[in-house]
Amino acid sequence: MMKSTKEIWVFGDYRNYFQNRVTLQILSRAVDLASNTGGKVCAVVLGHKVNEYVAEYIAHGAQKVYAMDDPRLSLYSLETYSRLLTGLAKTYQPETILVGATRFGQEMAPRVAKQLGTGLTADCIDLEINEKGLLVQIAPSFGGNLIAKIITPVKRPQMATVRPGTFQEQPHDYQATGEILILSLPEDLPKDRIRLLTSEHRPSKKQKIEDADIVICGGRGMGSKGKFKKLFDLAALMNAEVGATRPVVYSEWVSHHALVGQAGKNIKPKILMSFGISGAIQHTAALTDADFIIAINKNPNATMMKMADVAIVADANQACLGIMKALKEKIRD
Amino acid sequence: MVSELPWDSKTGTLKRELAQGMMDPASRRALEAALQIKETQGAHICAVTMGPVMAQEILHQAMALGADAGVLLTDRRMAGADTFLTSHILSLFIQREYENFDLVICGSQTSDSETGQVGPQLAEALNIPAIGYVNQISVKENTVEAQRHVDDFFEILIMDLPGLITIDLSAYKPRYLALEGVEKAFENPDIRRIDVTGLGLDESFNALKDSPTRIIDVFSPTSQGNNRVLKGAVKKVIDQLFDEYGKVISSAMGKDLKTHEHDEV
Repeated sequence: MMKSTKEIWVFGDYRNYFQNRVTLQILSRAVDLASNTGGKVCAVVLGHKVNEYVAEYIAHGAQKVYAMDDPRLSLYSLETYSRLLTGLAKTYQPETILVGATRFGQEMAPRVAKQLGTGLTADCIDLEINEKGLLVQIAPSFGGNLIAKIITPVKRPQMATVRPGTFQEQPHDYQATGEILILSLPEDLPKDRIRLLTSEHRPSKKQKIEDADIVICGGRGMGSKGKFKKLFDLAALMNAEVGATRPVVYSEWVSHHALVGQAGKNIKPKILMSFGISGAIQHTAALTDADFIIAINKNPNATMMKMADVAIVADANQACLGIMKALKEKIRD
Repeated sequence: MVSELPWDSKTGTLKRELAQGMMDPASRRALEAALQIKETQGAHICAVTMGPVMAQEILHQAMALGADAGVLLTDRRMAGADTFLTSHILSLFIQREYENFDLVICGSQTSDSETGQVGPQLAEALNIPAIGYVNQISVKENTVEAQRHVDDFFEILIMDLPGLITIDLSAYKPRYLALEGVEKAFENPDIRRIDVTGLGLDESFNALKDSPTRIIDVFSPTSQGNNRVLKGAVKKVIDQLFDEYGKVISSAMGKDLKTHEHDEV
């Protein structure tokens, strides 16, 4: 066994905070994991004027924070940040490093793992500690059709990236205290080989149904054109796209662009929500790549209900309104 | 639907040879970006992949589309490589055969394992800079300018060459290969195959054993608790839905959801 402190590190990814809460979510899970291993939960914060984040991470479960606060770190630089995190890990030898799977994290974590000579599991949907005290990294594989459990038996640290929204953040506790280690930037920081010319904050462009993580499909069971339109309100709440069956398109409740199935579109969402659809083969053939299907139909014997992971026996329109109401209460702004 | 798990419980690896012998959509976009550079500025394109012998097909396709060379890194001892070793193997090839390369272009993530890690790790192995999820590139004298839209930021970056780019799945729509091109592709015998020793690796190299990560189990998410039926009053079943599947839903939405709103009042 390699010598290692039992620290679990969480990379402090604070760009787009307050919307980006992945660091807080991972901290919460790290607290659970540490209760199994007896380790300490630590956050690593790199940047300029980062006091706010240091305090936030302690309030959300970090017992210790490694911080580098320097004007030279004011840009989110992949090259610099990955070198610094690698250097810190070599010095302090954490047992585990967890990174949020933002685009930045997805680029940085592989480079850090490579520099450290250790393994990395991408986009974990769960993390556990096994009986040997190893981190079990649970991640989708094979296009999301399978889930793999992965370990890093020998090399350290054990590393994983975690998708935003995977874990629930803990409520903040501003009474919590933590050790703060302020570190100065190393002298030998290499010159950045990438220069940022332009950086503009632009919210994501509109997604297409083929690429959407959540697709909400409606059938004739929605009742009417007016009621079908409610699916668009639900979609707006869930960052989802709306799809439709052939009869709905023919009835002109919605444009042809929304047609899912034969002569329409194939989709591969993480979640498909199916409202009032019986499940003709022309439609269901396009759904084989959906990871998780929630179907709502009055008829429990409909094909669509049989092929769903969760089948809700209810009126599609009422369920749509009910889910919207529940989401409005649950979404944190 | 997966009827049989492509999972080899003896060796603990995913059987990638069961996947179809088609070029991955992400790689097709990477190749398209390379072809556009070649067409406008001139370039020598080498298409390289690591995989079982049948992966040779995609190199034929790449050459028919305009790649100048096709190289298959193939060896039983490479099977089971995780991203750490895959990037190592690719870097050995580039260092040995293309010492003076200018630019490496990769897809951002494959459709099978979707890790998105090989590109960045290959850059690290070659000790070159890398920009991921790029929508548009333009190659200058000693630099490349890249545009991308990541984490809600639109960025234009300049990177010193040699460097590595991964192409976003929304960019560089790949061209179609005409039927005659396909036929021509398979007449072309010039795909090189390189094995472990050809890369200067030790005879005892074993990617499965040497990879830092190990798959210990694979399961199908839909086979567990399959077809949960919820019925009753609408309000009740929706509460049940969020109680049991709130995490799945919030993860797909990319938003945090409160678990029990009544606990927080």
